[in-house]
Amino acid sequence: MQISGAEIVVRCLQEEGVEFVFGYPGGAVLEIYDAIFRQDKFKHVLVRHEQAATHAADAYSRSSDKVGVALVTSGPGATNAVTGIATAYMDSVPMVVISGQVPSPAIGLDAFQEVDMVGITRPCVKHNFLVKDVSELAATIKKAFYIAKSGRPGPVVVDIPKDVTQQRAEFRYPDSVHIRSYVPATRGHSGQIKKAVNLLLEAKRPFIYVGGGAVQGRAEAEVTELVRSLNLPCTNTLMGLGAYPGSDRQFLGMPGMHGTYEANMAMQYCDVLVAVGARFDDRVISVPSHFLSQPKKIIHIDVDPSSISKRVKADIPIVGDVKLVLREMLEQLKQSGQKPEGAALEAWWKRIEEWRGHDCLLYAPSDELIKPQMVVQTLYDITGGQAIVTSDVGQHQMWAAQYYKFDRPKQWLNSGGLGTMGFGLPAAIGAQLANPHAQVACITGEGSIQMNIQELSTAKQYHTPVKVLALNNRYLGMVRQWQEFFYGTRYSESYMDALPDFVKIAEAYGHVGLKVESPADVEPALREAFSDKLKERLVFLDFRTDQSENVFPMIQNGKGLDQMDLPPHMRDIQQVPFENNRDYGNMC
Amino acid sequence: MRHILSILLENEAGALSRVVGLFSARAYNIDSLTVSTTEDPTLSRMTIVTHGSDEVIEQITKQLNKLIEVVKVIDLNESEHIERELMLIKVRAVGKDREEMKRMADIFRGRIIDVTEKTYTIELTGTSEKLGAFIEAVDRTVILETVRTGASGIGRGERVLKI
Ligand SMILES: Cc1ncc(C[n+]2csc(CCOP(=O)(O)OP(=O)(O)O)c2C)c(N)n1
Repeated sequence: MQISGAEIVVRCLQEEGVEFVFGYPGGAVLEIYDAIFRQDKFKHVLVRHEQAATHAADAYSRSSDKVGVALVTSGPGATNAVTGIATAYMDSVPMVVISGQVPSPAIGLDAFQEVDMVGITRPCVKHNFLVKDVSELAATIKKAFYIAKSGRPGPVVVDIPKDVTQQRAEFRYPDSVHIRSYVPATRGHSGQIKKAVNLLLEAKRPFIYVGGGAVQGRAEAEVTELVRSLNLPCTNTLMGLGAYPGSDRQFLGMPGMHGTYEANMAMQYCDVLVAVGARFDDRVISVPSHFLSQPKKIIHIDVDPSSISKRVKADIPIVGDVKLVLREMLEQLKQSGQKPEGAALEAWWKRIEEWRGHDCLLYAPSDELIKPQMVVQTLYDITGGQAIVTSDVGQHQMWAAQYYKFDRPKQWLNSGGLGTMGFGLPAAIGAQLANPHAQVACITGEGSIQMNIQELSTAKQYHTPVKVLALNNRYLGMVRQWQEFFYGTRYSESYMDALPDFVKIAEAYGHVGLKVESPADVEPALREAFSDKLKERLVFLDFRTDQSENVFPMIQNGKGLDQMDLPPHMRDIQQVPFENNRDYGNMC
Repeated sequence: MRHILSILLENEAGALSRVVGLFSARAYNIDSLTVSTTEDPTLSRMTIVTHGSDEVIEQITKQLNKLIEVVKVIDLNESEHIERELMLIKVRAVGKDREEMKRMADIFRGRIIDVTEKTYTIELTGTSEKLGAFIEAVDRTVILETVRTGASGIGRGERVLKI
């Protein structure tokens, strides 16, 4: 029996086991919307802006192991979705975006609501398709899902002209996909893995550097086993938080621009670094030459060969699925029965503990002003470290990453690669739908929340009881911090004047709003927000925080990992350079 | 350093623009680009002449391989190869220049493929260098028009690029 292209789209999504489609209707996708109306296998979530559709689909995926799906109309619907597509691309999130296109005969004629979606998204998708023939529709959607989730995951756009959704064809969904030009790596090269194992066993100052690839590749068990079995120190990048438990002793905190003192020093002065699904992003290693000025051997495991030796040359590159590669490493380690030399490792840990002893995340508490760090810490305590936390972009994002200790992967959702303000709230909605029983908190700023605040309406419609924590400092705080550091405190356009009353906004959308102005009220307010009484409600907490607080440690652009700007209580320490071989005799 | 990359890719709409887009988005250089279908109509073959440090060339190769439609990439510089470019050059050929032009074309093993009272159009093939040398060798003022294809390259001997 022949069915319409629109029905084919719906059937494909059903075949893929899709639960939610995040979208917004329009002329070019009306056929698809009609077909959605006539089915009840998956649910459509009507967002209020297409950017939010992509962020929600993205976070739905980040917080589960599924592919997020967004549906948008042609032209403005499609362009509105681009920021979310680029966000997912930078963070390697599997997502399929279906966009409507003007009817085939009108393509290229500057038709009403026409935009070259395939052209516009080409640089920020893993792949994209324009479907020209209804007979290719099902196979194309199958391919889109396969490409999105295999290898290094990423967003795939399927652009479908309206007439294709109207034409009819037999529905046949392929069982499998074979694309001869696309063969993602799986197992790593055994010889390389052997070399890596030997190098790791010889290390005096080993360090494991874990990135988002370990989260997307679900390698947390293997990472944890490797780190624990060899008693290695470990860092997770902003994207990797949760891959190794954040509350564990062997975790040194996040590395990089706002990383901890101990993680950055260990990264700089280790002698063997194992990078697992991490790509030496410029926010981690600002200056590769300075990083490499302390000689170290680098083992780099990544599913994407182009991430290896892109910024920092690897001594032992291993291309493969991080989970499988680590498994084989663990297997080889077990067979060898060896461990790194105990005395050297002990000395290394001793040095690390000295670094850690400075407590670089200590901040000055206050009775009068709400310290943003304290809000995050209190959230951590109240949620028992179990919440799924989304964030926007800015100082609050860094404080969230620093002060909430993530013990599981897929628990911390933020736009690390693109740094997209406006991500947090729609992401929280997507995550809540994927995890209906989880506590979901969105840590945001008064700047960021206003970039997609209309999604409070979506949250109302779909009863997603997320807790929004606005760390409201009346500044585009991160911008203000940079202006303070680099632009002579000329706060050009970073002050937020004429802020709305967020409590009233929340109430206007049918939610609960709480304004918190004193440190003593932080905990009670959070307790209330997470109380059983408000379990079913979205609560918007407007925390009036200290306006002058800055994020520390900080590494300025162009500086090395051991050249941090440290918080006031550590200002002297920085002057003492690390002596590479102080504790180790001539072992280095 | 100058490199000559050979790429096999699916003969699909949009594949070419993906390759070109990759170069522009990542600020890599394209010195010349030649593309056409192969004996297998589902495959296109592209030759890209580019230049950059070893690290840049490594990244270009890896990024090209990452494109879904790209089946294979090789750097012809890694072993012996042959490359050819075609040039059509129209020159003024009157009086004593006419004889001189014919002689030059012969020396460079070019062929005169179109003749009018005042012009010759010469077809030349060879490496980019050779074609450049021809332009250098003739009096610039007589050149009316040139058109060049960009290089095509192929490995020497047994070495083949196939799937
Ligand atoms: C869409 C977008 N525009 C601009 C920026 C640049 N930017 C990064 S942080 C920041 C300030 C964010 O302010 P706010 O949300 O209030 O958070 P705070 O830093 O105060 O915690 C800006 C403007 C961005 N990351 N994303």
